[in-house]
Amino acid sequence: MLKLIDVTVKYGSSTALHSVNLEVNQGELVVLLGANGAGKSTIFRTISGLLKPVSGQVAFMGQSIGGWSPDRIVKAGIVQCPEGRNLFPEMSVLKNLTLGAYIHRKDKAGIARSLQNIYELFPVLYEKKEQPAGSLSGGQQQMVAIARALMARPKLLLLDEPSVGLAPLIVEQMFKTIEKINRDGTSVLLAEQNAFAALQIARRGYVIENGHLVLEGARETLCDNEEVRRAYIGA
Amino acid sequence: MRFVPGSKWVVAALFFVALAIPLLTDNSYYLNMLIMVFIWSIAVSGMNIIAGYAGQLSLAHAGFFGIGAYTLGLLMVKAQMSFLVSLAVSVVLTGMVGAVVGMISLRLKGHYFAIFSLCMGVILSLVIEKWESLTEGVRGLLGIPVPKIGSVEFSTLTSQYYLILFFFVLAMFVNRQIIHSLVGRTFISIRNSEELAESLGIHAMKSKMLAFVYSTVLAGLAGALYAGYLRFLGPEIASIEHAFEMLLYLLVGGIGTLWGPVVGTALVMTLMQWLQSWQDYRMIIFGPILVLIVMFLPHGIMGAFAQLKKNQPSVLPDTTDDKNRGIERGVNDRRLAGGESDA
Ligand SMILES: Nc1ncnc2c1ncn2[C@@H]1O[C@H](COP(=O)(O)OP(=O)(O)O)[C@@H](O)[C@H]1O
Ligand SMILES: [Mg+2]
Repeated sequence: MLKLIDVTVKYGSSTALHSVNLEVNQGELVVLLGANGAGKSTIFRTISGLLKPVSGQVAFMGQSIGGWSPDRIVKAGIVQCPEGRNLFPEMSVLKNLTLGAYIHRKDKAGIARSLQNIYELFPVLYEKKEQPAGSLSGGQQQMVAIARALMARPKLLLLDEPSVGLAPLIVEQMFKTIEKINRDGTSVLLAEQNAFAALQIARRGYVIENGHLVLEGARETLCDNEEVRRAYIGA
Repeated sequence: MRFVPGSKWVVAALFFVALAIPLLTDNSYYLNMLIMVFIWSIAVSGMNIIAGYAGQLSLAHAGFFGIGAYTLGLLMVKAQMSFLVSLAVSVVLTGMVGAVVGMISLRLKGHYFAIFSLCMGVILSLVIEKWESLTEGVRGLLGIPVPKIGSVEFSTLTSQYYLILFFFVLAMFVNRQIIHSLVGRTFISIRNSEELAESLGIHAMKSKMLAFVYSTVLAGLAGALYAGYLRFLGPEIASIEHAFEMLLYLLVGGIGTLWGPVVGTALVMTLMQWLQSWQDYRMIIFGPILVLIVMFLPHGIMGAFAQLKKNQPSVLPDTTDDKNRGIERGVNDRRLAGGESDA
């Protein structure tokens, strides 16, 4: 479904990604593990079209999307939920959500249906829909961020560190929801530092260090890997 | 976007007061003052759309005011066109120049855009001043005919007042519709973070162009009304000082608020009138005031109003079980202006 082939990305003269090869298949939930500054967000920004690779190919559903503009990529079905619960804090929850459905703005009935689904997935957002998004708790803000991305009805959802700064119990619920989103048919690429939580729901994953993908494999392979255990699980 | 309770009534009441003023007084000093406030409010509200809502600080708007003014003046003086047609052409032409300027300058971001727009403003004012064969240069454009629509002549101060009030109300109404629409929200989303807006599928350049062109259209409309009112023009109306004056009005009243441009323009213009005898020393007073406002009232008077309303217990946001919000606020607060507060 999504395929990165030898993708190299630079910020000015410093190389942030070195020949990255990565693949997400239809229906998969894939995790991208890496420490702070490893290059996870850079990969996401590249897939979303916010950064242009200096070399290599990004392909989505058989099309090369390498030079496409971000809005075209969203329309093609890849939607990113950026890190840090990036909301529009002074807008109500509902307005944040409708902005998420920007590419479907003419399809009022479709937006109403998406909202219905969102409220089923996150009932608390229905109660809070008129409140300014910035007034919600950390976990609820993360729900709004994910829900807003879902409003675009993505085929592939990119989640950038959704667990950051959340209490363990909230993280657990969050990941259950992500698993459900995936089961309902959305492919997911999940960037995480929290390997322990992420590997409970992902079947397959990659490990990135300093812009290099250093390891890839099934959940078991990653869990058994000594370095992954030491660096990301803390065992 | 909480509408302050009762503010609809305040707006309605002010509207009726504005309608009634010429019936209550024929003091030409006050009427002239109000007309000027309406005209400049239209221009400043345009600046507010691009700077306050879309977050792109443009200092070219005195130039666009000049284009609107000179287009109307020249069409009426040299081409003997009617007022309404000239007005329409002025607005459209200003918007077209705005589109060209926007296409070039909106590729730049943040301070670079502001500085570049400042240069564009200087260029526009120089063109108006130096293109003497067209604009008469520093001699000024004299003899703009009295505006006429059909058989109605706007020769008296009162009739001009109603004409300009009409366009002022129209502009404010359209502004309000835009700000409360999805389009307005895309502007705000770009102000918050262009990258975030783009990851939602918003074409940032298109939205910024729309905001910019609309804002220049308002500046052009204000300029054209100014020309039809004063009936003579000098190139200094397009000068960069006016752009900074407009920015002053906007910051005082409240950038990123619907009524801030009007409040700021009315207040500062009145103060300037009082301090008229001080001439150039006025800025010694306004400089420090501006610094204080930027430091302590970043959202101007209207922003402070909205904040007061917000801090009433009944609308205090629910902040229980929230540990991380402080940090994120900082992250998200990359905008120039106050919230969506538009009371
Ligand atoms: N806008 C930027 N300009 C320059 N360097 C950047 C920028 N963003 C990130 N980097 C650098 O790129 C590397 C990867 O960063 P990032 O992709 O954000 O990592 P992660 O998301 O895994 O924490 C880091 O070394 C970071 O300093
Ligand atoms: Mg990151």
